[in-house]
Amino acid sequence: MNIMSNGFSIYIIVIVLGSLAACMWLLFGQSKGTKGESTGHVWDDDLREYNNPLPRWWLNLFVLTTVFALGYLAFYPGLGNFAGRLGWTAHGEMQQNLDKIVQARQETFATFKSKSVDELVQVPAALALGKSVFLNNCAGCHGPDGAGARGFPNLTDHDWLYGGDGATLVTTITNGRGGTMPPFGSTLSAEQIETLVAFVPHWSDPALPAAKREAGLAQFQQTCAACHGPEGKGNPMLGAPNLTDDTWLYGGDAKTVRETITNGRHGQMPAHETVLTADEIRVVAAYVESLSNPTGVAAAATPPAQP
Amino acid sequence: MSNVDVHAPPGAVPRYDDKVILQFAVMTVVWGIVGMLVGVFIAAQLLWPQLNFDLPFLTYSHLRPLHTNAVIFAFGGCALFATSYWTVQRTGRTALFLPKLAAFTFWGWQLVILLAAVTLPLGLTTGKEYAELEWPIDLLIAVVWVAYGVVFFGTIVKRTVSHIYVANWFFGSMIIAVAVLHIVNSAEIPLSLTKSYSVYPGAVDAMVQWWYGHNAVGFFLTAGFLGMMYYFVPKQAGRPVFSYRLSIVHFWALISVYMWAGPHHLMYTSLPDWAQSLGMVFSLVLLAPSWGGMINGIMTLSGAWHKLRDDPILKFLIVSLSFYGMSTFEGPMMSIKTVNALSHYTDWTIGHVHSGALGWVAMVSIGSVYMLIPRLTGRPQMYSVPAINLHFWLATIGTVLYITAMWIAGVMQGLMWRATEADGTLTYSFIESLKATYPFYALRLSGGLVFLSGMLIMAWNVFRTMTTMPKAQAVPVTVNTAAGAKA
Repeated sequence: MNIMSNGFSIYIIVIVLGSLAACMWLLFGQSKGTKGESTGHVWDDDLREYNNPLPRWWLNLFVLTTVFALGYLAFYPGLGNFAGRLGWTAHGEMQQNLDKIVQARQETFATFKSKSVDELVQVPAALALGKSVFLNNCAGCHGPDGAGARGFPNLTDHDWLYGGDGATLVTTITNGRGGTMPPFGSTLSAEQIETLVAFVPHWSDPALPAAKREAGLAQFQQTCAACHGPEGKGNPMLGAPNLTDDTWLYGGDAKTVRETITNGRHGQMPAHETVLTADEIRVVAAYVESLSNPTGVAAAATPPAQP
Repeated sequence: MSNVDVHAPPGAVPRYDDKVILQFAVMTVVWGIVGMLVGVFIAAQLLWPQLNFDLPFLTYSHLRPLHTNAVIFAFGGCALFATSYWTVQRTGRTALFLPKLAAFTFWGWQLVILLAAVTLPLGLTTGKEYAELEWPIDLLIAVVWVAYGVVFFGTIVKRTVSHIYVANWFFGSMIIAVAVLHIVNSAEIPLSLTKSYSVYPGAVDAMVQWWYGHNAVGFFLTAGFLGMMYYFVPKQAGRPVFSYRLSIVHFWALISVYMWAGPHHLMYTSLPDWAQSLGMVFSLVLLAPSWGGMINGIMTLSGAWHKLRDDPILKFLIVSLSFYGMSTFEGPMMSIKTVNALSHYTDWTIGHVHSGALGWVAMVSIGSVYMLIPRLTGRPQMYSVPAINLHFWLATIGTVLYITAMWIAGVMQGLMWRATEADGTLTYSFIESLKATYPFYALRLSGGLVFLSGMLIMAWNVFRTMTTMPKAQAVPVTVNTAAGAKA
C-alpha cells in the first residue's frame, strides 16, 4: 500500500540511509588519535583536551546498532514505501491477535450455550470469565469486589432493588436501570419532612417512640407508600428500595435521608447491550449472582415480590 | 574577531559579566525547590486524593504541568542560562555580547515562569505535553530565546580564543534546536487571549508534538546539560577532557540522530508504521552517541579518581553521568516496539524520565551551581562542604528510591494490563492495577521527599555562603556593567 508519493518516499530513503552513512563516515574518519596526546588547545587557564582514539568497544557498539538498524529496515517498513521483506504491519499484527481471541472466545462460550444463567453459577470456568468481564466493565461503579459505593448498589448482599435471579440480572445489565425518586422539597413542608426523617431510618427499631412512629407512618402512607409499599418493603418493579432493613443506597443517617426526601435521587445504571456481547452478559450475570448466592438456587427459587 | 594567543598572560583576563549568572544560579535553586515541591505534592495526591481540597487549581491535572514546566524550564532553564553564560565567557575569554540583552533574558525568563505558574493552575493550556503554555507566553518565550541566542552567539563571535570549546558546541546546538522546535510546535491559531488551537491536524499534530517533545529531551535536557558537563567536570577534576575526537563524533551523531527519535512516543498508534520503525531504529542508534558524552565525562577522571573521595561536587558530577548513561541505555531499550508494548503508558516511563531528570539533569546542575556560587560571590568555597556531601547522599538515595519504585510499579502495571483470560477478556481491571501500585506511590513520594530535603539544604548553604562568609581577598570582583569590556 503506497501511503506517500514516490518523490517523498525517495526523499525518506535518501535521508535515512544518508544519515546512517554520515554517522559511519564520521565515526571511521575520526577513529584515529594518539593516546595521551593533548590537542594543544587551552581555555580558561587550565581546560585542555586529550586526543585519545575512540574506545574500541564504543566504536563497535555504534557499528552494531547501525547494522541492526539497516537489518531492521530490510525486514520491517521504514524506508518510505518499501514495506520490508516480512510484509509486517501493525494493523496486521493486531488483526492476527484479534482473530485468535475471537476464535478462543467462540470455543469457550460454545460450552455455556445450553445452560441458563442460574446454572452457570455452578460452572467455575463461566464464573472466571464473568469475573474478568465484571472487573473491566462493572467494577468502576460497583467496586472490584462488588461491594458497591454510595449510590452504587452492593451486589454481594441479598438485598436487590430489581431482583437477583439470573433472568432479572440479564435484563438489568442489557438494558440498564434508571432509579428515580422525585424531590419532595416543594410539595412537603419542612415539618412533614422532619416527621419522615424521624421515622423512616428507624422503621425496624423497637425503641422508636410510638408517637413518632404513628406520625411518621401516617405521612409515609400519604407520600411514600405508592412506590415503597405500605409496609416500606420496597418494590422491585420500580427498583424502590426496602426502607425497613439496614441497607442504604445513599445513607440512612438523618442528614442524608432529609437530603434524599428534599432533593430526590436519580441513579443510573447504563445499558450494556452495545458494550458487551450476549454471551458476556450471561457470564457476568452468573458471576454477579454468585457473589451473594454461590449455589444459584435460592435466587432462582425466590421470584421477586409482586407489587 | 581577534584571535589572541591562547597562552595569553593571566593579566589578560577580561572583566566578565557575572551579575546575570548569579541571578540565574540563585533562581536555579529557588525554582528547583518550587518545582520539586509541586512534584512532591502531586505525588502525595496520588496517595491521598483529598489533598486537592476540592479546589480546581489544586487538582493533579492542573498541577502536573506546573511541576514539569517548573523543573524543566524554570529549574533546568535557569541552570542552563547560568552555566552557558559562565562557560561562553570563560572559554572565549571575553565578556558577554550585549549584557543588557542578557539581563533581559533573565527578567524575560522569570516572567515566562511566573505566567506559567499562574496560567497552568487556572487550567489555561494547549494540552501539548511540555508545551502547555498558551500562545502569548509562547511568543514571549520565542523572543527571550532569540535574545539568548543573540547574546550567546554574539559572545562566541567576539571571543579572543581561536578554538570554540566543546561545551559551547553543545550549548549552541541546544539554543538553535530549541528555538526551531518551540516555534514549529507552537504554531497555533489564537481563538482568544487564553485559548488557541494547533495548526496541525490529528496524527500530524501528534508527530510534531513528539518531534518537539523528544527533542526537548534531546537538546534541552541532554545537549544543554552535556555542555554544562563539558565545562564543569574537567574544571572541577582538574583533568583534560578524555578525547577531543570522541567529542566531535558524539556531538554530530547526537544532534543528527536525536531529530529522528520522536516517533518512539507514538508506538502502536495511528502514526504510519514506517515512521514508527524509523523512530525505533534511530533511538537504538542513539545509544552510542549518547554514551559518548558519558565516556568523555567519566574517563576525564581517569588518573584522578581519588578526588572523588573528598570532593562532593565532583561526586555530584560523576554520579550524574552514571545516571545519564543508565537512562540513555534504558531509553533505546524502551523504544524497541516489543518492550514499548509493555512499558508505554505505565509508571516505567515516569521512572525513566526521573532517572534522567533527577539523576542526570538535577545532579549535574546542582554540582555546577555549587561550583559557581563561591566563584560568583567571591567566596573561597561553599559555606559548608559537609552539607554538600549530605545533599549528595540525599539526592542519590532519593533518586534511587524514586526510580526503583516506578520501575517495579511500571513493569507490574504493564504485565497486569496485558494479562488476558483464555477468551481474551482482561484478567485485571484498571482499579486492581491501581491498588497494586499504591505502595509504590508511597515509596515514590518518600524518594521525592528525600530529594527535596537535599534541595532545602542547598538553599540554606547558598544563603549562608552569600551572607555570612567573608569574601576571599584573592578573588577579584568580576561584576561588570560596561558592555563588551575587554582587559
